[in-house]
Amino acid sequence: MLRGLSFSLEAGRCLQVSGANGAGKTSLLRALAGLLPLESGVVNWCGFDTRKDHYTFHRDLAWLSHGPGLKGDLSAQENLRFSAGLRRILGRAQIDAALARVGYGNSDRRLARHMSAGQQRRVALARVLLLDCALWLLDEPTSNLDSHGQDMFGQILSAHLEGGGLAVISTHQPLPLSAGRVQALELS
Amino acid sequence: MNGAGPNSVSAGQAGWLLVQRDLRLALRRPGEWLQPLVFFLVVTTLFPLATDPQLSRLRDIAPGALWVAALLSCLLALELLFREDGQDGSLEQLAVSGLSLSWLLLAKCCVHWLLTGLPLVLAAPLVATAFGAPYAAIPAILAALLLGSIALSLIGAVGAGLTLGLRRGGVLLALLVLPLAVPVLIFGARATALAIALEPASAPMYMLGAIVVLSATLAPLGAAAAVRISLE
Repeated sequence: MLRGLSFSLEAGRCLQVSGANGAGKTSLLRALAGLLPLESGVVNWCGFDTRKDHYTFHRDLAWLSHGPGLKGDLSAQENLRFSAGLRRILGRAQIDAALARVGYGNSDRRLARHMSAGQQRRVALARVLLLDCALWLLDEPTSNLDSHGQDMFGQILSAHLEGGGLAVISTHQPLPLSAGRVQALELS
Repeated sequence: MNGAGPNSVSAGQAGWLLVQRDLRLALRRPGEWLQPLVFFLVVTTLFPLATDPQLSRLRDIAPGALWVAALLSCLLALELLFREDGQDGSLEQLAVSGLSLSWLLLAKCCVHWLLTGLPLVLAAPLVATAFGAPYAAIPAILAALLLGSIALSLIGAVGAGLTLGLRRGGVLLALLVLPLAVPVLIFGARATALAIALEPASAPMYMLGAIVVLSATLAPLGAAAAVRISLE
């Protein structure tokens, strides 16, 4: 599906992957995350081959697929406690702070299956924040988000990059970042 | 950034968290895990109605009826093991969690057994008594079913992982799991038959124990490999 592809990304920068539907954006992200095997080639992270030591790589990785990855019968707080809690010891205050940053009301105790698609996306982004990882791999992170949600995403992404993080993002929307921070990759 | 800092979670804590999550989800949807128990009770209740109700005849068919019902009941429950986690993307999150996927799937198997295997074990005294098994045989029947249901949950996890991406994987799952489950059925039924005859059942019980140890060692590795393939 993807051939002759090579890029490198430095700390504080974001790779925006774009291309027509079916061009392989999601496949590229899944291959980078280690969810798809490579026929040939390597994915290096901090100088080591991610396929040889995927545990170390995955500890630095926050993955957001196009689905929200939430359990329908759990509330936002429970979802975050049980999913992000697998990676970090989290207190209730940290979870509430992450939900506040993505604009999800802390008093909202609805189960995930009763949330709108946009609200589910916000909770999924709160999980990415809580994981506190250097590398974000995000597949269409702004899908279903309203204009406020897109602004919120721009802010958390800027803060992540300013803190020395990296991000690879597949999106059709322009990213609200300064030109020096964004590297573009167009798949055909 | 987090990495493997002081706030990182140990494998034991992560496994326990996953157990808590799955138990909480099960409490919110009791129908799903009650279904295999109801199936087990219905099948074992129908057997005496359809055959000669003489106590000696019932005792003869008890091991077969009990174990076939238990095996089919476990198969029925297996589809639930990874299906929802696969559909909602939770399995993907587990696969990139930086923790051993085998360990996390073993935690899921434990919950699955607690919800679908343990109720069968607890219902077994009632069912065995209905089949005319002597009271002295009940502890051995319980022990055999305890070991057998653990083995079936573990063996089934590999099949459930392989059929994860299939829309109607139930039949294929049965075809994959049944040949591996046959030894459990044979030794379990034999142990039950010996217990009902009030003879020592240690030989088939040792074999069941060995199958549990083997499947607890290998099945999580196989299930993790199967799940990774299904996620591709």
